[in-house]
Amino acid sequence: MRGLVFRAFDRGGMIFLGILFGAIMLLALSNLVLPAGHTLHAPTYLVSLIGKYLTYALLALSVDLIWGFCGILSLGHGAFFALGGYAMGMYLMRQIGDRGVYGNAELPDFMVFLNYSELPWYWHGFDMFWFAAIMIIFVPGLLAFIFGWFAFRSRVTGVYLSIITQAMTYALMLAFFRNNMGFGGNNGLTDFKDLLGFDLQNDGTRVGLLFASATALGLGFLICKAVTRSKYGKVITAIRDAESRTRFLGYRVDRYKLAVFTLSACMAGVAGALYVPQVGIINPSEFTPANSIEVVVWVAVGGRGTLYGAVIGAILVNYAKTYLTGALPEIWLFALGGLFVFVTLFLPRGIVGAINGSGDGGPSPILAKLRSWRDARAMEGRS
Amino acid sequence: MNASLNTSMADSILYLDGVNVSFDGFRALNDLSLVLDAGEMRAIIGPNGAGKTTMMDIITGKTRPDSGQVVFEGNVDLTKHDEAAIAELGIGRKFQKPTVFETQSVHDNLELALKADRSVRASLLWMLSNDANRRIDEILGITRLGDHANEIAGSLSHGQKQWLEIGMLLAQDPKLLLVDEPAAGMTDDETAETARLLKEIAESHSVVVVEHDMTFVRDLGVKVTVLHEGSVLAEGSLDSVSADKRVIEVYLGR
Repeated sequence: MRGLVFRAFDRGGMIFLGILFGAIMLLALSNLVLPAGHTLHAPTYLVSLIGKYLTYALLALSVDLIWGFCGILSLGHGAFFALGGYAMGMYLMRQIGDRGVYGNAELPDFMVFLNYSELPWYWHGFDMFWFAAIMIIFVPGLLAFIFGWFAFRSRVTGVYLSIITQAMTYALMLAFFRNNMGFGGNNGLTDFKDLLGFDLQNDGTRVGLLFASATALGLGFLICKAVTRSKYGKVITAIRDAESRTRFLGYRVDRYKLAVFTLSACMAGVAGALYVPQVGIINPSEFTPANSIEVVVWVAVGGRGTLYGAVIGAILVNYAKTYLTGALPEIWLFALGGLFVFVTLFLPRGIVGAINGSGDGGPSPILAKLRSWRDARAMEGRS
Repeated sequence: MNASLNTSMADSILYLDGVNVSFDGFRALNDLSLVLDAGEMRAIIGPNGAGKTTMMDIITGKTRPDSGQVVFEGNVDLTKHDEAAIAELGIGRKFQKPTVFETQSVHDNLELALKADRSVRASLLWMLSNDANRRIDEILGITRLGDHANEIAGSLSHGQKQWLEIGMLLAQDPKLLLVDEPAAGMTDDETAETARLLKEIAESHSVVVVEHDMTFVRDLGVKVTVLHEGSVLAEGSLDSVSADKRVIEVYLGR
């Protein structure tokens, strides 16, 4: 156990956590301490925007863990994110109490509207935060476990696995769109008031959620580090590179995949749960297959199999999305598609790979170019 | 029944009797029977399509036979187990094409192969002990890869990859090693070196070697089984099978 904990803390990880918390601290201070008119004052919408990016970064991290290290390309991870989000949303709905439009203390507004006479059985317990917190991890984890149990035992791999993960999230989307599922149908869950007694509109609560997101991301990062740097991590990498060889060494590949897939889904669930109070709504569109594919693009852009690359990719692509959907809304999807093609063709190992150099020890194309340019300059200087 | 089957099943490490496998009507193994005594090294030769690799697939659980007995150590029915379970029972396999974990270091490759608890929990909590490190160093020495321990396995030469894979087999410490064409693509020096390596391994393990290279098989100096069209054509010393008319006809003569 000690070894597992120690392995989480390497130099790169410490630098990552330092930058993460340093930046968050500055953002929080500038929002809370500086007056609203100050040039360096960070508006509250920015705090929540960054908070949202951090939850996306955690989602990207969970995808990188299975895709980058174990070769499982999930195109349905948005489903686990959304399930965690719904679990949090259910708690937030129950927190509204009798402050809803219909003033019904027992039933959320949409249930009154749809003529529910009583709370569905699966809503019980969600008025308690600890219960919701367990469900945030348990529900996505259970779905991943059941899904993975069948898929990995039947040795479904590669593109076939990717396709059934798409089918999974699509099926969940259709189910959650139905009004009689009891999750608010089309409109989802919204109009949240407070979380653990803190007003969600309050600046302090927003900053608190930002810190919670950064902490979850930091913890998720440390867990991924500990897992991937252990012998377990070497085994899943071996599975990624030569699955049947790993089996002939005596490793039960299905169990190794199942464990990492379930862990990854739990992380995605936590990300979703932190996402919901910061954006104020959760609805079935979070299950859209395209959302899950977008996550894969973030990881590919950042550089898979590096962990921090996934975080960088998620933040950069989402920043671009925020900017472009505001400035030039009609080109965003083309830009995303173009980005994916560009990265696949020219940066197969993502931004991080292009900067760090290739895995076989040779310098990266960018570094190599810089070096040859520098050498050429040095030659000129001498002559 | 083949004469060698008179050896009792109890003394054998590997016992195949009447094994049949067909793929879409093609009979890859045709009533194959073969017995390997504990501690024995056996060379298996035969033309392409004779069923050598299929036989390895049957033993290691990759393919299920249509009929016949496959028994390990006289009492374990291998047809009832999958690849991982069979590896845990103590059967290691080296593939025809060298298959090492290309993106990981030579040392990590050996660490992965090293005999240890294969459960998820154990691998999460695993710490490289001094004993384990010493064993890895020892294997690095035997396979002449000591200078390459921290290199990525993908950067090794073809011959070095073959040795690394043999090293991984050693690290697994199986009771029975199945080695598929270890000398394929090697230079003459490397081939001789590989034969030396295998003879050293055979001192403490049972080994089945599939090979095309006759010089190599001669270097090994062990009993030879000739496969043809999925069954045993001849068995004995290399000299005696080389003199066999049918063997010359289907294999050596061409």
